[in-house]
Amino acid sequence: MSDETLLAERRNGAPLRAKTGRSGLESRQRHAKARAASSFSGFAYWATIVFFFMPLVVLLVASFDKEKGGEWSGFSFIWYVKLFTESGELWRAFGNSALIAFASALTATVLGTLAAIGVTWYKFPFRGYVRTLNFLPMILPEIVIGISLLVFFAGVGLKLGLVSIYIAHATFNLPFVFLMVSARLDEFDYSVIEAARDLGASEFQTLMKVIVPMSMPGIASGFLTAVTLSLEDFVITFFVTGPGATTLPLFVYSAIRFGVSPVINALSVVMVAGTVALILPLRNYLKYIAAK
Amino acid sequence: MTARPTKGGALYALPNALWLTFFFLAPLLIIVAYSFMKKGLYGGVENEFSLRAYALLANAGIVKVAFRTLLVALAATALTILIALPVGYNMARSKNQTLKLFLVIVPFWTNFLIRIYAWIAILGNEGTINGFLRSVGLISDPIHLMYNQGAVILVLVYMYLPYAVLPLFSTMDKFDFILLDAARDLGAGKLESIVKVMLPNVRSGLVTAVLFTFIPIFGAYAVPLLVGGKDGYMLGNVIADQVMKVRDWPFASSISMVVTFVSTIGVLLFLARQKRPGVSKEQAAALAAEAAVAAGGGR
Repeated sequence: MSDETLLAERRNGAPLRAKTGRSGLESRQRHAKARAASSFSGFAYWATIVFFFMPLVVLLVASFDKEKGGEWSGFSFIWYVKLFTESGELWRAFGNSALIAFASALTATVLGTLAAIGVTWYKFPFRGYVRTLNFLPMILPEIVIGISLLVFFAGVGLKLGLVSIYIAHATFNLPFVFLMVSARLDEFDYSVIEAARDLGASEFQTLMKVIVPMSMPGIASGFLTAVTLSLEDFVITFFVTGPGATTLPLFVYSAIRFGVSPVINALSVVMVAGTVALILPLRNYLKYIAAK
Repeated sequence: MTARPTKGGALYALPNALWLTFFFLAPLLIIVAYSFMKKGLYGGVENEFSLRAYALLANAGIVKVAFRTLLVALAATALTILIALPVGYNMARSKNQTLKLFLVIVPFWTNFLIRIYAWIAILGNEGTINGFLRSVGLISDPIHLMYNQGAVILVLVYMYLPYAVLPLFSTMDKFDFILLDAARDLGAGKLESIVKVMLPNVRSGLVTAVLFTFIPIFGAYAVPLLVGGKDGYMLGNVIADQVMKVRDWPFASSISMVVTFVSTIGVLLFLARQKRPGVSKEQAAALAAEAAVAAGGGR
């Protein structure tokens, strides 16, 4: 039996195992769910959705407002035109953000995935230490991580800039990738690895042809999460940035502090639309891989 | 699953362990050490043991900010949970779970700072609310909606609500709602059956929700800075000022220790909860990740 057929069987087998024996409970639950929740919770839900979307709607409307300010002064595309023609600094910040997001997510994905494999399937002396290290950064307040990195970089004499931001982002991204890949690996039985080894695969072949493909949904969502978190981060970046290394959140921050241009409204709308357009197909793709 | 003893395991984990030891653990230990040192003449530290930085914590100004931080964090967390409970319940019992989940997540794909900026655009003197009130003639001078505690709490609730909704939804989704009917049949009131039957069963989600709102709010920096002004300052802002402006690193370190200490207590409570039967460590971790991830960062 080749690696591929082995894998195919696993893929077919795993979801089956997960579903067995649940159908009865599920249908009962569905029945219970069909009796809709109370009108109070329905009101709470929709009021919350209005609350969630209200700021976005305000930005959308303001982005088409001819003049700055709270009162409507006429429809215009001027801020969109300015966004794409006169905002060089903004696009440089966007470029920095994209570069750091990609590099830090890649680093975190490689190191996080390898560690998840090691911790899930092997025993070694510092296993508990790795687990703890991959948990703590997620729960410490950002400000503490930011300050400690700033002090650390000053201590070792690293010039603050894109490199220090990259290191900081890879650091806070690592635990998320580790967690997501671990969760995926937990669904598989170690016998898959044993089978591959018994059939003559080397350690490296097992890694590349069995472990990596079957944990791909975990790896892919870990990578995407890392990219998102990196693009989002403001607080940690704020502390470890240096002259000239402006990321998009830092740019927005200085725009808020030192006079807001309505170009930011247009930028927000473009970013929300862009994110939705980017994430929707990716989500479907992830579901597709997971279903396979 | 049991881990197999093999030589290769340590090699897989080594790069990760080294990275986090260097760039996470070492910086944290430096902060701990600095908090016990004297302030250098021009920033930095002097290599001498001192409790000065901890003595400074007793300073009236700091105590006041610490107290305010705790109050704001408690109020915002309580509000968030109170809203998240019925919302999560409604989603869990819904037939359109995917759509309802989607609607909760989408607004949080917007950049963290842009969401803050949007609230400034609503609440500011030149903002939507004041603009509207002026145009209908109710006011002539803008009313000050920003730069106060209320604005900070409002925006914090907005930012962290999904962190509470998602874990509550996940655990409630696994709850068998027939138990509520059973409780009702046995004579419990509607609210009573929810409080006494459902809440104990979704406790792990509740604890996750509380922690994932309280900890980041307690260490908040950007929101109080941008919508709170000087009077809305929280501990995070004091730490930042001590580092960037006053350049008193030991003092910034000792305040960071306080923030870390409070967060650690929360986490220990969280881990103690997870040892209870019914929720495995992996489930707890997955829940935590789900909350953080779906809300799209902005911790």
